[in-house]
Parts: sequence; C-alpha cells; structure tokens
Amino acid sequence: MSVPERTDCEVTEHSTSNVPKTSIVPESTNCETPDLTSIENAIETNGLSKIFGELRAVDSVSFSVRKGEIFGFLGPNGAGKTTTIRMLCTLSTPSEGSASVAGLDVVKQDGMVREKIGLVSEKMIMYDQLTAFENLRFFGKLYNIPKSKLDPRINELLELVHLEKWAHKQIGTFSTGMKQRINVIRALLNNPEILFLDEPTLGLDPQSTSEIREFIRNVNTKNGTSIILTTHMMVEADMLCDRIGIIDRGKIVALDTPGNLKKMISSSDGEVMEFDITNLTSAMYEAIQEVDCVDAISQKSDTLVRVTCKGNDAFDNLIDTIRESNGKIKSVKNLEPTLEDVFLHITGREVRDHTSAKVKTSSGRHGHMGRPKSRVR
Amino acid sequence: MASKILNHSLVIAHKDLLEFSRSKMRLVMLIVMPLFMMIMVGFIFPSGSSISDVPLAFANLDDGVGNVSLGDAFGTQFEVINDQAGLFEISPGQDLEDMKQMIRKGQISGGIVIPNNFTQTLLNGEQATIIIITDQSNPQLSMQVQGALAGLVDAMGTMAANQALNTTYGIPAGSTIAIIEPYTIEVTGIIPGDPSYFQFVAPGIMAMVVMMALMTGLPHAISYEKDIGTLDGMLVAPIKRTSIVLGKVLAQTTRGMIQGMLILILAMVLFGVVLYGSIILVIGLMLLSVFSFVGLGILVTSFSQNEETASMMMMSLMFPMMFLSGVFFPVEQMPSFMQTISSALPMTYAVNALRKVMILGADISAIGGEVLILIGFGIALLAISVPMFKKAMCK
Ligand SMILES: Nc1ncnc2c1ncn2[C@@H]1O[C@H](COP(=O)(O)OP(=O)(O)O)[C@@H](O)[C@H]1O
Ligand SMILES: [Mg+2]
Repeated sequence: MSVPERTDCEVTEHSTSNVPKTSIVPESTNCETPDLTSIENAIETNGLSKIFGELRAVDSVSFSVRKGEIFGFLGPNGAGKTTTIRMLCTLSTPSEGSASVAGLDVVKQDGMVREKIGLVSEKMIMYDQLTAFENLRFFGKLYNIPKSKLDPRINELLELVHLEKWAHKQIGTFSTGMKQRINVIRALLNNPEILFLDEPTLGLDPQSTSEIREFIRNVNTKNGTSIILTTHMMVEADMLCDRIGIIDRGKIVALDTPGNLKKMISSSDGEVMEFDITNLTSAMYEAIQEVDCVDAISQKSDTLVRVTCKGNDAFDNLIDTIRESNGKIKSVKNLEPTLEDVFLHITGREVRDHTSAKVKTSSGRHGHMGRPKSRVR
Repeated sequence: MASKILNHSLVIAHKDLLEFSRSKMRLVMLIVMPLFMMIMVGFIFPSGSSISDVPLAFANLDDGVGNVSLGDAFGTQFEVINDQAGLFEISPGQDLEDMKQMIRKGQISGGIVIPNNFTQTLLNGEQATIIIITDQSNPQLSMQVQGALAGLVDAMGTMAANQALNTTYGIPAGSTIAIIEPYTIEVTGIIPGDPSYFQFVAPGIMAMVVMMALMTGLPHAISYEKDIGTLDGMLVAPIKRTSIVLGKVLAQTTRGMIQGMLILILAMVLFGVVLYGSIILVIGLMLLSVFSFVGLGILVTSFSQNEETASMMMMSLMFPMMFLSGVFFPVEQMPSFMQTISSALPMTYAVNALRKVMILGADISAIGGEVLILIGFGIALLAISVPMFKKAMCK
C-alpha cells in the first residue's frame, strides 16, 4: 500500500515519448477532461475554490494539466495563482471542490502527494545562516533519502546549476540569482513527478531570469517532469508554456496553447495596432476608446497607444478620430498580437499597472481598470 | 512510523540549532540574558533582611539634669553597638524637622531623636521615649530600619536593666539576663544558615527561562519560518506535522536547558548559591517542566496566524506565570484569590518542586505530588493544543 520512495535520480519513463507536446492539443479540450484520460493527467481540479472570509480568492476552477507538459498560470497580482498552487501542494485546504495531483487526492492523500511534488514558492525556501550544501541536505533528509544517495545527488544538482564551488558557503552571501538556482534544485531533490513554480523569475536580473527559464525547460525535456508555473509576465508564459490558463479574479477566463490564445484575436477579426501620437492627450485617448471598432486600448508610454480593433474600416476610423482631435500621428504599426493583448481582450484590463499613464489620469470612467467597450463572447 | 517522526524531528532540531549557533548575536544573548536577569533580580530585591551602612541622622536634644545627661550616654553606647553591627552610617542631625527635610532630600533613610526631657523622665522612674523617623517612600527599607533600630534600643534597654539589677539588687551579673528575658529561641532549619534571596530566586528563574523558551521561543521559531517562507519547505515535504512541532520543541528545549544550567552555574559561582539536592533530579524536573509548558507554547503558536492575538495570548499567559507562581515572591504571601490562580498554573508546581530539591535537598519521593500534577498539565495541554495546531497549519 505504501508508495515506493523516489529517492534516486533515475530518469522517469512516463515522459515525453507518449505525451504529445504543444500545439496538437485540440481546442475543445479546454477544461474538464473525461475520466478515461485521467491517467495521463498530472493534475486535475474540479470546482476548486478557496474562500477567505468574503473573498473567493479562487473561484470554482476546473482544469487539468497533462503529464509532461509545462502549464502556465497567467494572471495579474491577486488573481489567485498562489492560492491555487498552495491548494495543489497540500499547503492549504480547498474550501470547495476537489483536486488530484499525480492521481492522488490533495486532501485525503496529502502525504502521498507530497512525496511526488516539488515546490518553488514565491518566497525562497532556504536558510541564510546555512551553507548551500547544508540547506540541501536538510531538505533531502526530510524526503528520507539515505545519506549515501543524498550527497551525490546534491553534488550532481549543484553541478547542473554551476554552483558546486559555492557548496560550502553560507546562502546569506549569495546573490538573488544564485539563491534562486539553489532554491530550484532544492525542489528537485526528490526527483518529483510534478514541479510547481510560483513566479520563479520574480525579482531576478535578466541574466538569471533566462538561466532559470532554460533550466526549467531542461528539467521538463530531460526528466519529463510535469511543470506548473505561475507568472504575471506574458513573455515568460509565452516562451515557456505548452498551455496557458489565464486567471483573473479567481476564475480561469481562458485556457489554451499560446498560439491558439493569440489566434482568439485574429479569429474574431481583430488586429493590434500601435499609434505613436506626439501630442497625445487624455481627451484623445478617450476619443479613440469611444470608436466603435475598438475592442481594447492601452497606453504604453506618453505617446504610444496600443489598440485592439476589428472590422474592415477600423484603421480608417481610427485615423479619422485621431485627426479630428488634432492628433499628430508619428507612426502606426500593425503588430502581432501578444498574450497581453489577449488578456486585455478578455478581461478589459492590463496585466500590470503602467506607471507612465499620466495622460489618462483625468479620464476617470475610462481608466485602464475600466471594462472594455465591447466584450467578445 | 514513530521512529520516522522522531528521526525527522531530530533533523529539524539539528537544523534549528545549527542555524542558531551561526548567529553570534543570539549566542551572546543566550549567555547575557540569564546573567542580566540574575543581576537585575539581585538589585531589585535587597537580599534578606540584613541592612548595612544605611545613612542615619542622630540628634540628641536632651537637656540633662545638672551635669548628668543620660542622652549622651545613650548616644555613645548606640554608636559602639552600631560600629560592631555596621548597620548604619550615622551623621549628626539638629531636630525632627531638620531630619524630615533630610529624608525628603534623600540624604538619609532614617533618624533618631532623643527628646529634651529624656534624663528627667528616666530619673523620675518613668519610661523614656526615643523617637524614630523613617523614610516611608521606601516601605521595605523603612520596615528594616525600624526593625533594626527597635532591636538596638531593645538591646540597650536590656543592658541597662542588667546593670540596674546587678548594682541595685546585688544579683550576680551572670544571672540577671534570665530574670529580664526568661525565654530565648533557637532557629534551626534543614540547611545551615539563612538562605539568601538568590538561593530562593534561582530555582524560579531556572524554571522561568525554560518556560520562556517554550512560550516565546517556540511561537517565534515557527512564525518566523512562516514569515520568511521556509515553513512551506517543511510542510510540503512528506513528513508529519508532528515532526515539525516536535523538532522545534526539541531545539527550544535544548536552548532553554542550556540557559537554565547557565543560570545555575552563575548563581553558584557569582552569588554563592548552594545546590543541596541532586543535579540529576534538577535536570529531570526542568525537562518535566518543559513537558508541562509545551502545550501552552503550541497553543500560542496555533494562534500566530494573527500576530496581535498571539502576543496578547502570550502576555496573558506569561505574566501570571511569572508573577503568581512564586518565582519572585512566595505564593504564601499572596492574597488568597491570587493563591487560587497560582494553584492553576503549572509553573507554580515546577518552581515549588525545583525549590524543594535545590534548597531543601528533597528527593523524588518528597516531590511526587508536584511531579504528578506537572505530568497531568502536560498531557491535558497537549491534548488541547496539538489538534488546534494541526488545524491552524492548513489554513
Ligand atoms: N491567507 C489569506 N487570507 C486572506 N486573503 C488571502 C490570503 N491569501 C491570499 N489572499 C487573497 O487572495 C487573493 C489571491 O491571492 P494570491 O493567490 O496570492 O494571488 P496571486 O498569487 O495571483 O498574486 C488576493 O486578493 C489575496 O489578498
Ligand atoms: Mg502569487
């Protein structure tokens, strides 16, 4: 009845070979998956909710993550990403609904779930006063890895992130990037089937960020580890994830491959344009917003406005509107839609607050937190 | 299963202590805190009832009769006796009003005034009054000065009576005392001499540091790890929640025991405290105290979700434990309703048992009652707190 201990670094077999990666996923399988295929799923949730007092931080979320895929949770701060991850990692008890991880119920079989997962949470899980090696050894011992296997495993992991020379230095002396590399390999000590990463590149410098991203990808391809990560960075979700669940106010509002998500805009006959208007004012911004064809609008800088619009005469209408309010158009670009546009398209809000939104301050009703003029679907 | 829980808790305790040992600040505090506490307590509470070199004013207003001044004689004699005892530092004073002013200025702690009709009254064959004035802003010292002066005056009265019996009635000098004071007392105790206040307070402070390690150290150790996020690292590992608590308890117990032992050593080396009972029994009792408090520590920890509630709870548990369980003042001297509260605190029994062993050299059979009560407290508090803790961890 007990689960075999996964102590060694044996390469897991259930990996990429039998699970199709990326794009082959049919669009229709968005949320619930039928029972037959459940064996293929690393994670399944059904109506999962977490309620803090009045707040439904996670609101009846149902989705599944396939074995061997990198699944991204994309959403603004406070969307409920961390809360979802914590429930899946058995750190927090769901208020409603159910979830299974590696085929095990997160409430009833929490002990067994823990053996199969690794967690990189928002806060780094390590002790500044201990050395890198002591930290790793401490957590390794909690996974019942015998010492004869643990020490070689630690050395191996340290080499993977090129920190073997720092093994016996106190973590307190490390840079944030180095700390995060240690933090990530800590989560791999037990060679987990499923790795959870909550904002793994938050607060890292660009170089460390790309190192960590590459490492995550390697773990996925080499070990076949299923990975579920959260991020509020569109680019990160776009480049790393096989599928993305966009979460907003505790609800999953879209779930698909990055490619398909972006197609949502073009398939709804929309396109993304960026206007560079040298004398942009809030009145002008509002005027653009009022144009019928405009689906979503956001301001990128003092002069740049990014507009998602649809319809054949959208471009003409926009130019006319800007001209009417005496706008001087420096340039217009037709852009490939990004996930940011998708998010804006779906929720009517930007993922991150823009500090450069000076022009808009007077607009009140049509601030960037306002609802979109028209919502698709 | 049980061995795994224990094994994991040892791993966690080891980690905690390793972390602790790397922090110089905390190591220094480990030693400084008990030392500071002993010294502070030593200063706040004057040891025993003995006083020495208390500043005192003396005024002799006696007019005398003819060239006889019994007031002068009294003064000279008083100085002689005081020189031997070294109780007071005597300076001259003018009169009662002058002395009151000196007390207000804090120059003296008391004074003696011999009134102007002193010799006359005595020669009339009446009792003569000596006025003693004390500093009421310091009741404890005031009491002691009063007591010491009364004792001195009494001794001098006895001397005068001896002399009178001898000279007036011709009773042999050796026999006079039996007439004046037919009864005398001899005080005997279990240990030789009078125990100092340190002797009294050392066992209490030892129990207190152990209690504080668990009541403040344990909640802090856990809420700190929760804050920095490392607790999740343990919670997400396939170990029992019990292992985490037990590991933390072991680490804090080790810390508390080290501090307790440091206090014992400091008390013995610096303050002349003598350990009359067995050290093994002392250590055993301290461990038993840990067991009886640990539930309270876990209880506070369970509420640490809300920092304010936790610290309020901690205060409302710690203060009665510190002041009502006889650490600083004997429980017997408290008002009866306080004594009732005191009897509901495990700390009271821990302090009591430790004191019996350390001061009176009691063996295990003499503290059986306390031991049983402590075990009872331990089991009851754990039964309440452990389920609460498990629930709180999964919010
Ligand atoms: N322990 C908690 N108690 C009360 N509210 C919480 C708690 N944890 C999170 N929340 C709230 O739940 C919402 C979702 O938070 P979170 O999951 O951390 O979002 P994200 O990780 O997407 O930024 C936020 O509004 C947050 O304030
Ligand atoms: Mg978060």
